[in-house]
Amino acid sequence: MKKKNKSDGTSLNSILIRKPIKRCFPIFILPTLLAFSVGFVWPFIQGIYLSFCKFTIVSDAKWVGFSNYKKAFMDASFKHAFWYTALFAIASILFINVIAFFVAYALTQKIPGSNLYRTVFFMPNLIGGIVLGYIWSMIFDGILSKYGTFLTAKASYGFWGLLILMCWQQVGYMMIIYIAGLQGVSEDMMEAAKIDGANRWQTLFRVTIPNVMPSITICIFLTLTNSFKLFDQNLALTGGMPTLFGDDGTMINSTEMLALNIYKTFYTSAKSRGIAQAKAVVFFILVAVMALIQLRFTRKKEVQQ
Amino acid sequence: MKKKLALLLAAAMTVASLAGCGEAKTQPEAQTQTKETTTETKTETATEETTSEATGSVYYLNFKPEADEAWQKLAADYTAKTGVEVKIVTAASGTYSETLTAEMGKSSAPTLFQCGNEEGLETWKDYCLDLSNTDFYKEMTTDDFNLKGENGEVYCAGYCYEAFGIITNKTLLKKAGYEVTDIKDFASLKKIAEDIQSRKDELGFAAFTSAGLDGSSSWRFSGHLANMPLFYEFRDDKVTSQPAEIKGTYLDLYKNIWDLYINNATCAPNEITAKTGDESEAEFFNGKAVFYQNGTWEYANLTKNGMTDDDLCMIPIYCGAEGEEKAALCCGTENCWAVNAKASEEDIKATLDFMYWVVTSDEGTQMMAQEFGPIPFKAAKESSNVFFTNANDLIAKGNYVVTWAFNYTPNVDAWREGVVSALQQYSAAGGDWSNVEKAFVNGWAAQYQAVNG
Repeated sequence: MKKKNKSDGTSLNSILIRKPIKRCFPIFILPTLLAFSVGFVWPFIQGIYLSFCKFTIVSDAKWVGFSNYKKAFMDASFKHAFWYTALFAIASILFINVIAFFVAYALTQKIPGSNLYRTVFFMPNLIGGIVLGYIWSMIFDGILSKYGTFLTAKASYGFWGLLILMCWQQVGYMMIIYIAGLQGVSEDMMEAAKIDGANRWQTLFRVTIPNVMPSITICIFLTLTNSFKLFDQNLALTGGMPTLFGDDGTMINSTEMLALNIYKTFYTSAKSRGIAQAKAVVFFILVAVMALIQLRFTRKKEVQQ
Repeated sequence: MKKKLALLLAAAMTVASLAGCGEAKTQPEAQTQTKETTTETKTETATEETTSEATGSVYYLNFKPEADEAWQKLAADYTAKTGVEVKIVTAASGTYSETLTAEMGKSSAPTLFQCGNEEGLETWKDYCLDLSNTDFYKEMTTDDFNLKGENGEVYCAGYCYEAFGIITNKTLLKKAGYEVTDIKDFASLKKIAEDIQSRKDELGFAAFTSAGLDGSSSWRFSGHLANMPLFYEFRDDKVTSQPAEIKGTYLDLYKNIWDLYINNATCAPNEITAKTGDESEAEFFNGKAVFYQNGTWEYANLTKNGMTDDDLCMIPIYCGAEGEEKAALCCGTENCWAVNAKASEEDIKATLDFMYWVVTSDEGTQMMAQEFGPIPFKAAKESSNVFFTNANDLIAKGNYVVTWAFNYTPNVDAWREGVVSALQQYSAAGGDWSNVEKAFVNGWAAQYQAVNG
C-alpha cells in the first residue's frame, strides 16, 4: 500500500481489486478489533486503574492514589529483579542472535539436508515454557548432581541455566527470520562482491549483514521483549531461588526476573496486590520505551535497496 | 453478491470470536434473573416458611487434593438426594491462594472456601460470612480451631483437626531390636536412628525416609518441622498473635533434628533437593525406612498401600527441647471453612445447608471420619485412624500439646521458600547454617514488613 504504483498491468489489476476492499475495511477489521479490545485494551485500562487501588479481587477495588507506586519503587527486590532482568536481556540478545545468525548462515550454504536441520532447530519453539523449564531443571540437576551440587545452589547456575534454555528454545525461531533475510540478499550483489575481490568475511560484513539489517532489527526486538517479559521458564526452572539474605534484613530471590517478581508480589497479601499492579504498569512502560529506542536505533542502520 | 458474502463472513467471524466471551455476555442477564428470584424467595420466606425449592447452588473450592475423590462422591450423593447442585473444584497442590483469587473474581465465585491461618483471614475477612448464628456452627463441639474477627465473629470454622509427628513403622523397629517405648526424647531417638543407619545394609532399611526439598515435600520441613522452634519460642515469650519479629531462640533444636533426618536417610544429603513427597511416602510404605515425618492425613494412603494398624504409630518430634519427654503430638488445623459473604443469598443458604448436612448426615460424617479423622462436631463418627488414637493417648497421659505455632507465619509461601532455599544450601551445597537462621529470623521480619508495611 505504501508504494505508489506505476501503471503496469498487475498494479492496475490490484487497484481494481483493492478499491471495493478498501471501502468496506471496517467489516474486515471488526472481528479482530473486537477480540483485541476485549482481550487486550480493556484489561490494560483496568490494570492501570487497579494500580491506584487496594483490592483483594479485581472486581472489588478501593481507590488509594499513588501509594502503590511509592511502595513499588521502595521495594529492594523489585530493583534487584530489574537489574537481573536487564543483565539477562543483554546476554540473551547477544547469544541468541549470534548463534541464530550463524546457524541461518550455515543453513543457507546449500548443505545437503538443510531443510531437515531447519525443522529440527525450529522444533523447541513449539514446546511451552513451563514444560521446558521443568525438563531443563531435571537435565541440569541430573548433570550437576554428578558434581555434588544442584541448579539452585548458586545464583550464577540459575542465570546460565536460563540462558542455555532460552537459547535452545529461541535460536530456531530467530534462525527462520534470518534465513528469510539471507535469502533476500540478491545473488547479483554477492557476485559483484566476488568479482570485486571481496573475501568471505568482507562479503559477510560489508554486503550480507547490511542487507539483512531488517531481520536483525526484528530479531533484536523480539529477543529484547521476550527476555524482559520472561515468566514461565523463570518460574519453572528456578522459581527465583536461591534466596539471599542481606545484612540489613532484606530478602531477595536472586534469580527472580521482573515478571515473576510482580507475580509473587501480587500473592503476598491483600495489601500488596495494588503494589504488584503498580509494578506491572512500570514494567509495561519500561519495556515499551526500551523497545522503541531499540527500534529507532537499529532502523537507522538499515540500508535502502 | 460478493459483498453480501463478505458481510456474512465477517459477521460469522465476529460471532465466532465472541463465542469465547459468550459466558461473560450472558452473565449480566443471569445475574439480574437471580436477583429477581432472590427477592421473590425473600418475600416468600418472609410470609411463610416454605420448604423452598432448591434454587441456590454450592461451589466448594477444596484445598486438599487427597480428599478430592471423596468430596466429589459426597457432592454427587447430595445432589442426587436434594437436587441442589454442588460443584467441587480442587486447587492443585500449592496453588490454593492463586486459584482462590482467580475464582473469587468470577461471577460464579466459590460459595465455600478454605481460609486457615491469620494471613488468610487478613486477606479474605471481607468475604467471610459470620457463621455464629448458623445451624452448622451450633453443631460444633469446640471453638478452639475457629478463626474469629475482632468482635468475636466466627469467620472461619475449623472443620477438622490434624496432628503431625514422626510416623514410625513398628514392625521394622522391632526387627532392628527396639520398641516404640524406647524412644523417649531426642537422645534416645538419635541413638536408635544412628544405630539403625549403621546397620542399614544388613537390615535392608534406613532410619528416615528422604527429607525431600522438592515443592511437593518441602512443606513438611519449612512448615511442620519449623513449628518446633517456633512453638518453644512462642511458649517462652507468651506470644498469642502474629509477632513482627522472631528471635530464633530454639533454632539449634531445628538443626539437631534436621541433621538427624538428612544424615540417617535412604539417600545422601546432596540428593534431597529433587526428592518428592511421593518418593518419601513410597519409601515408607515399601519398608525402606523406619521413620517418616508426616501427619494424620497420611493414614488413608499408607493403609491403602498395604500397611496395617499393627505397623503404624506416630511419635512426637523430639528435637532436644527441655522437658520434651512430656510432649504430645503437634495438634492443630489449617483446615477452616469460610462461606463467601458476597455470594447470592440463596447460594449462601444452599451452602450452609450443605455444610450442615456434611457434618450431621450419616454419609457426610462417615466420609469426614475416613478422610479427616475425628471432627469437632456433635455427630462425629469414631475414626479408625490409629494416629489420632496415638494423639489422644498422649494427651490423656497429661502431655502438653505442641500447637501449630506456624499459623502465625507472615506471607507463608515466601517465608517458607526462603527457609527451603537455605536448607538446600546447607544440606546439599555445603552452605552455612547461619543462612537457615537468617531465613528464619530475617525472613520473618522481611515478610511481615512485606505484608504489613
